[in-house]
Amino acid sequence: MVLELRQISKKVGQDTHLYPTSLRLEPGKFNILLGATNSGKTSLIKILSGLEKPTTGEVWMDGENVTGVTPQKRNIALVHQFFVNYPHLNVFENIASPLRVAGVAKSEISDRVKEAADILQLGPMLYRQPGELSGGQQQRCALARAIVKESKAIFLDEPLANLDYKLREELRDQLPELFAGRGAIVVYATSEPSEALLLGGNTALVHAGKITQFGETTAVYRNPVDAISAEVFSDPPINVTNVTKTGNWIRLNDAVKWKATGSSADLADGPYTIGIRPHFIKPEKDKKGLVEILGKVEITELSGSESVAHFQVSGNTWVSLDSGVHPYQIGEEHLFYMDPTACFYFDADGKLAATGGTDG
Amino acid sequence: MKIRAIVPIAYILFLMLPIYWLVSMSFKTTNEILGGFSLFPQSWTFENYMTIFTDPTWYSGYFNSIIYVSLNTVISLTVALPAAYAFSRYRFMGDKHLFFWLLTNRMAPAAVFALPFFQLYSAVGLFDTHLAVALAHALFNIPLAVWILEGFMSSVPKELDETAYVDGHSFPSFFIKVFIPAIKSGIGVTAFFCFMFSWVELLLAKTLTSVAAKPIAAVMTKTSSSAGFELGLLAAAGVLTIIPGAIVIYFVRNYIAKGFALGRV
Repeated sequence: MVLELRQISKKVGQDTHLYPTSLRLEPGKFNILLGATNSGKTSLIKILSGLEKPTTGEVWMDGENVTGVTPQKRNIALVHQFFVNYPHLNVFENIASPLRVAGVAKSEISDRVKEAADILQLGPMLYRQPGELSGGQQQRCALARAIVKESKAIFLDEPLANLDYKLREELRDQLPELFAGRGAIVVYATSEPSEALLLGGNTALVHAGKITQFGETTAVYRNPVDAISAEVFSDPPINVTNVTKTGNWIRLNDAVKWKATGSSADLADGPYTIGIRPHFIKPEKDKKGLVEILGKVEITELSGSESVAHFQVSGNTWVSLDSGVHPYQIGEEHLFYMDPTACFYFDADGKLAATGGTDG
Repeated sequence: MKIRAIVPIAYILFLMLPIYWLVSMSFKTTNEILGGFSLFPQSWTFENYMTIFTDPTWYSGYFNSIIYVSLNTVISLTVALPAAYAFSRYRFMGDKHLFFWLLTNRMAPAAVFALPFFQLYSAVGLFDTHLAVALAHALFNIPLAVWILEGFMSSVPKELDETAYVDGHSFPSFFIKVFIPAIKSGIGVTAFFCFMFSWVELLLAKTLTSVAAKPIAAVMTKTSSSAGFELGLLAAAGVLTIIPGAIVIYFVRNYIAKGFALGRV
């Protein structure tokens, strides 16, 4: 079972939702669509599932062109961001619904529904109405409906986005094992880079109606092909700024320069854009070879055990992320230490030209 | 008794007074009604009710009313459900204008349409049939039904449709087995409004019928004029006319409360 998009695009009226894009999904893997809101994740899922027809291009499933085939005939499952259940049916009937439509025998339905309900801890709520359940339980009911029928492909469109923090973590931990061993293609759309890293599998980065990069999640994270991919797959946002290379030196401004490391040493002289993730800029010098940058602290955030500082350097806002709690003063000039080996160097077209040395 | 109980009690008394007066009159003889003021019937009589239940000109009035009201409610809902679905789910040229101008027919008094309907129905041989009244009322009820149902349908997320398709439902199966149950309170509210309009509307119903499909309200007006003062009989007919409305309201009362909270009522 292979699901493939071949040069599909989607236009609605005057708006282009997707530019010609291709994607090939292999079975038995978690495939993550990572992108900001409105980047085209939902459009991709609708086309993959057959709910919408692409304006151009083709969808292939198992070596068969299924472009015009309706979702009813595709044997797929779908979980939305909002908790969608049949409001007039109880939990048991909600989970049983795809089996009932498929005409599965009654005794088998009962067994399979109970099995799915047990996996998702819905056992005690089988005979309640969806309206009486909490948000997390409603979404688990929708997930149970998705796994109860043995679909070839399961689409999850930001299924955890509307849950509170704790429920989200709990359910996210269960997700990979929920789908493991089913041999189905799982497509999971999310807007959170950290979620993609936690879930593993493959990741496709979606930006402004295009897939900018697709590959194994950690490889995509470590080796962004261009500046946009690096920006999509970074939270807090990656720091992007312009530098100039002259000889062996990379110059940020008059005060800050460093010696080119890694493959960046081989770059031709000229202007480049660098991207560096916030956790490679720290307020303390903890190893050798770091570049000192003096910045004016503008905003600080404490999130749990991490400190985030936004600071100004020659007209650009940079973000630093460090573990532990750091008492920054707003408006103070603070020394930050950047690891030049963690820099990505992008050329004028935004393509990755070189790296500072280490992987991401 | 607490002071604050007085207001609701006064309110209920105020509401119930005309109905009580009607019920009390229906058990009096016409002579007693005309004779003077009495709070209770001095000499109880069931003659008024007996007349209505035995005289076909009376009881057929009820049957006629119930037939065309039911017919109208069924026609209105059958036509309005798909129409409201289209307005709620699809975008097409002029949809917003069309949706607004649906209400055109409700912008004028029903009397305006009495003449064209009378002429048209006489010409095509529909005059004095239940269908004539039901169709005439549908002109007012379908737009209202579309308007109300669209509100309920739009409050159902489009994702429910998608979920049903993915689960394997065809469109008809989705519409009947999933969508209609999901908006059943909206359908209840709509049916109630269709019923009520058709049940209380007198002018068109009277104009478009003569004998065979004469509604009860028309029978009542006629009796008061030709056979002198039969006030007791009239009161009994009035009581029996209230009952169907009360029954319908009783059954849809929960839906109505929900409807006011959810949809476009």
